[in-house]
Amino acid sequence: MIATAYAIPDVLVFLTSALLILVGAVGVLAMRNPVHSALSLILALFGVAVAFVAQSADFLAAVQIIVYAGAIVVLFLFVIMFLGVDRRETVRVEPLVGQRVFAGVGVLITVAGLITLFARSHWVTGAIAVSSSGQPLATGSKNVTQIGTAVFTTYLFAFEATAALLIVAVVGAVLLARRERAADAEGSQS
Amino acid sequence: MNVPAAWYLVLAALLFGIGAFGVMTRRSALIMFMCLELMLNAVNLTFVTFSRTLSDIGGQAAVFFVMVVAAAEVTVGLGIVVSVFRRRSSTSVDELSEMKG
Repeated sequence: MIATAYAIPDVLVFLTSALLILVGAVGVLAMRNPVHSALSLILALFGVAVAFVAQSADFLAAVQIIVYAGAIVVLFLFVIMFLGVDRRETVRVEPLVGQRVFAGVGVLITVAGLITLFARSHWVTGAIAVSSSGQPLATGSKNVTQIGTAVFTTYLFAFEATAALLIVAVVGAVLLARRERAADAEGSQS
Repeated sequence: MNVPAAWYLVLAALLFGIGAFGVMTRRSALIMFMCLELMLNAVNLTFVTFSRTLSDIGGQAAVFFVMVVAAAEVTVGLGIVVSVFRRRSSTSVDELSEMKG
């Protein structure tokens, strides 16, 4: 029934990405070893990249792989190894009584609300005519041109603010990592 | 034709739910950060889907900025985790309870 309505390759790509995303996400939750969680996270992020490609966001898919799987997860793994916390965490015990039940109910309500909102998406996004450019989204290398034009014209201020944010983040991370040593130096002087 | 946008939106909602459940139940700060990344990715997927539906490149530009902010957030967050770990040899958020009344 589905195959008659939609092209089979598109359905297969969607199913692949859905499988990757859901298996990866559940893996992040369920794995006891943080290293395994980080590897599951790569799986989920890769699935999101597949979904991006399927929806003609080629540039973002490349950035997703390079930045997320290539940098952020490596940073996670580095911190896990650096701190030596790669031993198993006990997930059986539940310090707060009923925490998982309440979390599950809250998540169910949230997901139901989200799906309801998406089903009425014209409430939040407006009609199709609201679209600013009006041109159909390009694929391939044209996608890079299109997103580059948008970032460097319409969203130029946000882009500049991002640069400032990155500088602040780098300086903050260096300060956080160096604080202990500075405290030791003060302690030895006094 | 391409699969309907609703499928991707439901997938994004499920991903967001799984991430939220992880943030609420796991107590290792590192795993909580990973679940936060899952939630951010769910929102990114929604942005890209609506970008396709509305033929508006603005959604993809928003995803670009979300990615940059997520990278900055992870950098500072992991710096804080390392800093906390040095003082208490644990990444469990349950042990950070000095401010409890």
